[in-house]
Amino acid sequence: MLRRKFKPVRSMLEFRVLSDRDVKKIHEAALEVMEEAGVRFPSKRALDILEQAGCKVDRETMVAKLPAKLVMESLRKAPSQYLLAGRDPKDDLWIDDKTSHLSTDGCAVDFYDIRTGLLRRSTKQDITDACKVADYLPEISYIWGPPVSAQDVPAVTRPLHEIEASMDGTTMHIQPETVISREMAYFALEMAAVVAGGREALRKRPLFSYMQCATDPLGQDGGSLDASMVAAEWGIPTGFMPMPMSCATAPATLAGNLVVATVDAVSPLVLMQLVNPGTPVYFAAAPTAIDLQTGGYTGGGPEDFLLAAAFGQICHFYQIPLAMGAFATGAKEPDWQAAVDNCFSGLIPVLTKTAIMNGAGTLNGSKAFSLQELIMDAEIFSMIAKVAEGIEVNDDTLAVDLIKKIGPGGNFLAEKHTRQHMKEIWRPTVYDRKPYGAWLESGKKGAFAEATEKARWILENHTVEPLDPKVKQEFARIIQAAEKELAR
Amino acid sequence: MNKEQFFAEMKTAVLEGEIEAAETLARQFLGLGVSPLEAIEQGYVAGINEVGRLFEEGEMFLPELVAAAEVMKAALAVLEPELAKQQVSREIKGKVVIGTMHNDIHDIGKDMVASMLTASGFEVVNLGVNVPCDTFVSKVRELKPDILGLSALLTTTMPEQKNVVETLEEEGLRAGVKVLIGGAPVNKEWAEAIRADGFAENAIEAVKVAKQLVNK
Repeated sequence: MLRRKFKPVRSMLEFRVLSDRDVKKIHEAALEVMEEAGVRFPSKRALDILEQAGCKVDRETMVAKLPAKLVMESLRKAPSQYLLAGRDPKDDLWIDDKTSHLSTDGCAVDFYDIRTGLLRRSTKQDITDACKVADYLPEISYIWGPPVSAQDVPAVTRPLHEIEASMDGTTMHIQPETVISREMAYFALEMAAVVAGGREALRKRPLFSYMQCATDPLGQDGGSLDASMVAAEWGIPTGFMPMPMSCATAPATLAGNLVVATVDAVSPLVLMQLVNPGTPVYFAAAPTAIDLQTGGYTGGGPEDFLLAAAFGQICHFYQIPLAMGAFATGAKEPDWQAAVDNCFSGLIPVLTKTAIMNGAGTLNGSKAFSLQELIMDAEIFSMIAKVAEGIEVNDDTLAVDLIKKIGPGGNFLAEKHTRQHMKEIWRPTVYDRKPYGAWLESGKKGAFAEATEKARWILENHTVEPLDPKVKQEFARIIQAAEKELAR
Repeated sequence: MNKEQFFAEMKTAVLEGEIEAAETLARQFLGLGVSPLEAIEQGYVAGINEVGRLFEEGEMFLPELVAAAEVMKAALAVLEPELAKQQVSREIKGKVVIGTMHNDIHDIGKDMVASMLTASGFEVVNLGVNVPCDTFVSKVRELKPDILGLSALLTTTMPEQKNVVETLEEEGLRAGVKVLIGGAPVNKEWAEAIRADGFAENAIEAVKVAKQLVNK
């Protein structure tokens, strides 16, 4: 089954929440914090490298103080645009400061079973199914995650199984976020190299990029740092995702939250550029505020939308691509709340020209994956893409001659100009516009029912170019070797 | 200041999250020669109860609860040595040992739970993050807590919760302690599957469940 190609979204509209002066103040605040309070790098190797480069290092607390000069030099070395390759070159993505792409959400632990409609623990097969649906949807550009956790395979090699299951479901680029140790990073890259045709081919066409989580405030995770240094050696893009939560892991004030987010995104970039100057790095972020009642993660809200726009501006200032958490509603079901969250969180990063939005397909604050939600999120994104086009004004689009010709009281239905331009008007796939009577007759089928049918149809009919059997054999060998080494 | 004035100020210190004021008041109170138990119960605990009531009514929020717990902890640190000297002990709801599983470094949720439990009258021993199974087990043996709290944020560290429960069973320690589990990927089914005694989705829930567990 052929896929429609999706035009990359290039927003003609622009939205700003910070003035240039605001951005500069946040930047200067981040530099001050990195130099004076420092950042925790709980990895001996990372601390060795940072110390060598002139950082003040406290071995006991594992905190490195990063001189502003070093930070600025490192930012200049990191590229502003680069390729995220697909297994199929048709799926290649060019990451820059003008284009916006949407990926799936990652690492949900529950899955809405499409057959029973019930929520259950996620499995390896769910990854392939989610990737397959994502692969079909033109709005989804790559797989972040895996979309769900493969909880039916041993924890020790789970990330490798998740990569295999993802590749079984799509030819798009894959960005694992569960590769969080040095050893695992090697095994995972070995798998990618098998598909790419060797390490050098992989560097030229990175089928993978890594995503690592920061441990806000002012800290990184040791295993993630070790894995990212392997990626840097191989020239594979890595992003670090701070998720500062106002009131808990960041100041209550949004400006203070942005300082923490900036420190926790920029500081690992410095390490990456020391390991391999020029290696592609991206910033990631999902800054938010806690729920004041429970202290929990919210998955949406006006603060998130403001922070997304502001952090987008900060990343443009640094000329480093941003992967922004989006579409990650806290709603438990695909309902009104999910739509509110996902319209805002999807639209705003597009209007600030954010390179990547991570997050289609989940509910309950990224904990539950739903194929229907994935399809409906993709539909929201297609509307956003249309909004972002803005309105083109020229002689042809003004159509003054035509309006004069039709005159008072006529209509434009049968005009050639209408046929020429009508396909520019957005068309739904699951959005319900049926007349009331038809809707009653259909058994009150709305977007969710349409999305359910569409998901089933895709799973039955869409075929993804399978991995070569030899590649699968190599995967099995690598996973077996990993099992042996990592179980020790 | 007389006793009543002290109690009122202690209560205010808790309500306003003023750690230094609470410590100063505790130190001054010791000079009165009255049992520190009175300060704890009529001053600080009264404040904690008021915070709890205002929280239930939606007038106060979680950060204020955490701050109140920190104030309580600071005041206790001043008063408890004196209690020990007088060989009296304050009434506690129960003893809790809590920590994040091995290979898991996520602490904020677990720390919120620890604070809330402290504020609710539990004695809490927080083992921190990346806690090996053996440490949990030896702490249960040594401290004999009423409740063991196990936190996992990663699906890959959830099996460690099971491992700890099973090891407690093997070591014959399971009957003496209630196991309370939590963390983003954890749910009720998992709690049942690994034979934990309780599960909570957030810190407020955790306190409710902990109270139920010690009353069983």
